[in-house]
Amino acid sequence: MSITNQTITHLAHLARLHIDAKQAEFYAAQLSRILELVEQMNRIDTDDIAPMSHPQESVLRLREDQATADDRREAYQRIAPATAQGLYLTPKVIE
Amino acid sequence: MRMSPPPRLHQHSIREHARALRAGEYSCVELTQHFLARIEAATDLNALISVTAELALQQARRADRRIQAGDPDWLLGIPLVHKDLFCTEGVLTSCGSKMLDNFISPYTATAVAKLEQRGAVMLGKSNMDEFAMGSSSETSYYGAVLNPWDKARVAGGSSGGSAAAVAARLTCVATGTDTGGSIRQPAALCGLTGIKPSYGRVSRYGMVAFASSLDQGGVLTRNAADAAIVLHAMSGFDPRDSTSLQQETPNYHDFIEQPLAGKTIGLPKQFFGEGVEPEVSEMVMQAIAQLQTMGAKTVPVELPNSEASIPCYYVLAPAEAASNLARFDGVRYGHRAAEYADLTDMYANTRTEGFGAEVKRRIMIGTYVLSSGYYDAYYIKAQKLRRMIADDFQQAFKQCEVLAGPTTPTTAFALGEKNHDPIAMYRNDIFTNSVNLAGLPGISIPAGLDRNGLPVGLQLIGRYLDEATLLNVAHQFQQATDWHLKTPPGYL
Repeated sequence: MSITNQTITHLAHLARLHIDAKQAEFYAAQLSRILELVEQMNRIDTDDIAPMSHPQESVLRLREDQATADDRREAYQRIAPATAQGLYLTPKVIE
Repeated sequence: MRMSPPPRLHQHSIREHARALRAGEYSCVELTQHFLARIEAATDLNALISVTAELALQQARRADRRIQAGDPDWLLGIPLVHKDLFCTEGVLTSCGSKMLDNFISPYTATAVAKLEQRGAVMLGKSNMDEFAMGSSSETSYYGAVLNPWDKARVAGGSSGGSAAAVAARLTCVATGTDTGGSIRQPAALCGLTGIKPSYGRVSRYGMVAFASSLDQGGVLTRNAADAAIVLHAMSGFDPRDSTSLQQETPNYHDFIEQPLAGKTIGLPKQFFGEGVEPEVSEMVMQAIAQLQTMGAKTVPVELPNSEASIPCYYVLAPAEAASNLARFDGVRYGHRAAEYADLTDMYANTRTEGFGAEVKRRIMIGTYVLSSGYYDAYYIKAQKLRRMIADDFQQAFKQCEVLAGPTTPTTAFALGEKNHDPIAMYRNDIFTNSVNLAGLPGISIPAGLDRNGLPVGLQLIGRYLDEATLLNVAHQFQQATDWHLKTPPGYL
């Protein structure tokens, strides 16, 4: 399976990465090679096998619906790129 | 007046330190200063991203007071470094990435906190492949780690800084994490004991996530007895990790002296085939012969789908990574691009600037295999294979308690040799990543030196939750051999 430059551009958008035309060619070649490796999976018949998403088959633990964490907003926001009045700042999204 | 500390105290085990500290032969502060001086003299290895000298001396003074007050904890004053993906409050936690080059963590990982409470002394944070994605510690934003055995070669990865630091005796102990071999492979390439416990043993709280169903914390040491002590201390139930095991951790050190007689070791046919350097196979076979002379029986076993573990891993790990790394958006922490047109552009510029080549490659692969139209063909297919690989181990463990084989197909390779060929790099993990897929414990221990004087690793794989047997077999092997005592020339 070989990946086209167009697919690379689409994936880059989904992953929120900028990949220019020249790089797209490079990525297309590399990802195609990796997918060739991955295609080796198809040599093995997996019909009737249930997918395994996790090494622990148990269900997630439940707990009481109680607040357990302290309010550390200030400490967490001190390392943010931009905040004001306890809010995280981003570029304007509504005109 | 007391005599000055012995000049080679960097070769002492944890128990030797525990005895000497209480006998007053040296203090925790002196021990810390000794290692800090060694760190300063070995900066060319690039093993550490941060050195926390002041904090270390504070912790050492506290440990000295506890020892004077009669506290018997073996870990008091023991110097260690943490892989730079364990969050440490007030200290840079970079994950080897430009993305987190400014991230002073506001909280501490559970595994780190547990060791801190026991009185271990943190000397610094170790270098690593960016976001733990790599097998050579060359993808770090802070530059490649050099192997103390040969500075033209890689230290392995992704916990390469931890491995180089322990091998060069810059610390007694180092933590690491292992998603597909990232503790065991660098331990093998640097001549160390490195253990990845069963999935769920060590809390993942405060460990920067790469692939959440595979990531597991562990430890790199010079010998199995030290590993038993430290792994026990960092393990245990943590309500803050939803996958943390609600089980008591056995005190591994209590089991290391058991004799090997009656133990059965399985030798997977697929671990001794093509692609393994003849010298590596030879030394691993010699190590297994040694275990036989000590009373262990061996039995041939099959892991019929082990070939599929690399393709399976390189679908699942990037898929989980692509999801986990979506959080790096320049809003709450880490890097934010200086220039952008709008919100989407801010995300993309931030991520394009902040991530290195291998991380981007894995995000792209992960995004592809999870995208509409390919999800079943890749992601679900890989999950089905994951079950087959895990089932193969279950079958093999019906005949034996431990599996043995090489940790890696080769000894340490040259810097730059594989970092432009992702496929060649991924093949390093051939014997290690199936263990993560199945969630089992695995350990690498030194089994010899090749003709270039480079370490060879023997991997032992255990049943789920049975780290105790791995550490027991490893310790017994180390009672009869001295490979684990070999020190890189120049760091004696």
